[in-house]
Amino acid sequence: MTGAIPKQDWMDVPAIFREGNFCYPAKKSIVEYHKFPNPREWSPDQDDWKLPEGWEDIILKGLKERLDKFRSLKLFMDICVRCGACADKCHFFLGTGDPKNMPVLRAELLRSVYRNDFTTAGKLLGKMAGGRPMTIGVLKEWFMYAYQCTECRRCSVFCPYGIDTAEVTMMLRELLHLVGVGTNWILEPAANSNRTGNHMGLQPHTFKDNIGYLCDDIETITGVKITPTFNRKGAEILFITPSADVFAEPGIYTAMGYLLLFEHLGLDYTWSTYASEGGNFGLFTSNEMMKKLNAKQYAEAKRLGVKWILGGECGHMWRVLHQYMDTMNGPADFLEVPKSPITNTVFDNAASTKMIHISEFTADLIKNNKLKIDPTRNAHRIPTWHDSCNTARGMGLMDEPRYILDNVVPKWYEMPENTIREKTFCCGSGTGLNTGEIMELRMRSGLPRANAVKHVEEKFGVNTLACVCAIDRATLSALMDYWNPNVKVCGLSELVGNSLIMDGEKERETDLRFEPLVGMEG
Amino acid sequence: MRVLYPFIAVLALIVVAFLGGKVTGLQYLLGVVLPYLAFGVFIVGFVNRVIQWAKSPVPFRIPTTCGQAKSLSWIKQDRLDCPHNKLEVAARMFLEIVLFRSLFRNTKAEIHDGPKLVYGSSKFLWLFALLFHYSFLVIVLRHLRLFTEPIPFFVPLIELADGILQIGAPRLYQTDMIFLAALAFLFLRRVMLRQIRYISLPADYFPLFLIFAIGVTGLLMRYYYRVDIAAVKMITAGLASFSPTLPEGIHPIFFIHVTLVCTLMIYFPFSKLMHMGGVFLSPTRNMSNNNRVVRHINPWNDPAIKPHSYAAYEDEFREFMKGADIPVEKE
Ligand code: SF4
Ligand code: SF4
Repeated sequence: MTGAIPKQDWMDVPAIFREGNFCYPAKKSIVEYHKFPNPREWSPDQDDWKLPEGWEDIILKGLKERLDKFRSLKLFMDICVRCGACADKCHFFLGTGDPKNMPVLRAELLRSVYRNDFTTAGKLLGKMAGGRPMTIGVLKEWFMYAYQCTECRRCSVFCPYGIDTAEVTMMLRELLHLVGVGTNWILEPAANSNRTGNHMGLQPHTFKDNIGYLCDDIETITGVKITPTFNRKGAEILFITPSADVFAEPGIYTAMGYLLLFEHLGLDYTWSTYASEGGNFGLFTSNEMMKKLNAKQYAEAKRLGVKWILGGECGHMWRVLHQYMDTMNGPADFLEVPKSPITNTVFDNAASTKMIHISEFTADLIKNNKLKIDPTRNAHRIPTWHDSCNTARGMGLMDEPRYILDNVVPKWYEMPENTIREKTFCCGSGTGLNTGEIMELRMRSGLPRANAVKHVEEKFGVNTLACVCAIDRATLSALMDYWNPNVKVCGLSELVGNSLIMDGEKERETDLRFEPLVGMEG
Repeated sequence: MRVLYPFIAVLALIVVAFLGGKVTGLQYLLGVVLPYLAFGVFIVGFVNRVIQWAKSPVPFRIPTTCGQAKSLSWIKQDRLDCPHNKLEVAARMFLEIVLFRSLFRNTKAEIHDGPKLVYGSSKFLWLFALLFHYSFLVIVLRHLRLFTEPIPFFVPLIELADGILQIGAPRLYQTDMIFLAALAFLFLRRVMLRQIRYISLPADYFPLFLIFAIGVTGLLMRYYYRVDIAAVKMITAGLASFSPTLPEGIHPIFFIHVTLVCTLMIYFPFSKLMHMGGVFLSPTRNMSNNNRVVRHINPWNDPAIKPHSYAAYEDEFREFMKGADIPVEKE
């Protein structure tokens, strides 16, 4: 199914854009909103990209600046030996067969320009030393392959020098923004997050209403009435989750899980409409944007006077939190080191950022016997576990979710060893690639993940794919519909919520999706 | 072309050195001037490159976490693959540098009909890379005999172990054979595997040919031409003590060998061979994953970047918020 490797030198194979293989460019108004350069109407499949005068120099200057700012970039430009250990590790390469999706070659797209303009050998020997000048063809290639990388870091695990192509991709995207080349599906949500607080663009009352509907459903299913608070000053904990959880299936079931869990505990917490987005579209844009969006979470925690922040199930949110938050927007000295009010466990591993992951929180509760759980309520689910790239390879969160699964479902199964934990495969649509116009690409790049799921589906009858990431919940659903239609996607907290025995609940006949429980099929 | 040009380049070097080695005047250039020059370029270039890297900051803490992080007390941390402190990082780096741990993880993925992905273990690259680097190291250490007086104690030990099979006279060193075999593997891998061939540059073939030629000329000198070792030692010891001498009648193969080695040293700092220095500096491997515990400082962090303020947010949505009973700051 994968294409053959072209006969020509890779430098001579141009990137060809046709409807369906590129993300739509950012709308003029959105680029203007961000005050990014060169707002205009344009399309990648037209020859003329309407670049500004002297764009080559803008790019080279931008590259110089970034080489001086990031040791990772400089080093990764110099030390790759092209051993190819990373080549067949990328889901985009495995799914498309396009050799430029080998991580090493993706980086070479930038390296060739770097060599030509910034190294002695390249200046002297040019193409013989693997250098090439910055041309429009190169730029087009960059755009194509910077948006066929989900910055998942799988390649980095296998590289003998830890070269992280995700770092290179981030730089490519930043450079492209300098000349007004960006995608709408990233920049518009980033604009929404900035203005309304969340990428969906939900205004405060809508955000609250949506959670209200979820509470109504919970009452119908369990008989328990929940009334969460919003923007409440003096709450102990601020809870932040990706906004997709309060808006779209199957994330909303995860949100119902959070609501049930917090009610079960009687937790003193609040939602915020101002900081109503965990996911950070800045990670896919530029580090300045990332900082700006992330800063809201801190600002809101300060304004509300909470003690610490609890974060919901989200991949990129946690990558940003774990790797960047403290550096960009710390120190969070107005907060306290998170301490579970239920178990009194102090989360020293978040001593500085003061924010903990819902899986850490829940695992601790289960370990200390603070939850009344009936795992048989999930008997109709036979899950497997999808490690999200960001939580696995960006923070090392692997065993907490597994411990929770052990306790909230009767039985679950691991996918093959090469596809889990730090070797996990991306959903294929992270970093702002979960847009409809590139559906074929998404289904292809998600193939490695889908294949591993198929394996356990056939072997163990797995029918559920559980994860802790909102993008996963959205993109894996589409992926499963295509490759393994019998498998449904859910968040971990949905399974937790479904298994909780709430005080004063009625006899439950359905799960949170209104699907009948085993023995209650009627 | 990507293979041919580097091959021609190495051949040209050999021819030049061969011819030069026959002319007395040029012998001095190849046997004395060039080695000093090459050594100087190597040291200065290497150090300079490392300084250049070190000058760029590491703004963010970005370790690749290849195992469970330190979290709740009862969850077992993977201390080697997700180090939390400096000691654990040192252990991770040690295994990385000494045993090529990441490469050991290597797998092979192939798409079969179905479509179905099949994974296999693939440790050949790891094995041959390890063999190559270690035999290279042993060979370099063995050469110390030529440059030192007295000879460090470990050199004879290495020689003894290396020649333990006692084949031939002078005794055959196993590392010489392993070295050439590993090089041949690395080369064949590059030309035979279509993916690897596609990504390979002249800059990947050149050092392979060069090092191979160095190995072969070395072998020829030792086993075939039996170059006068006493004379060679006179030159090398002279170089090392900054009182170079050049005895008469040295076989031209010696000059070829020396020229190739010098070329390698000069080429080194400007090429991918700098991975030797870079591997120590890789931020994804040499940082501890205590991101949420200890604050990491970015020297160019811009404090002027502020979030869209709450006040502006409330101004825009105040009426809606009041209507939905969400608390506001200003009425
Ligand atoms: S594994 Fe690392 S060194 Fe090898 S080709 Fe890939 S990026 Fe380069
Ligand atoms: S970061 Fe992920 S998507 Fe990007 S090149 Fe590496 S493996 Fe491929």
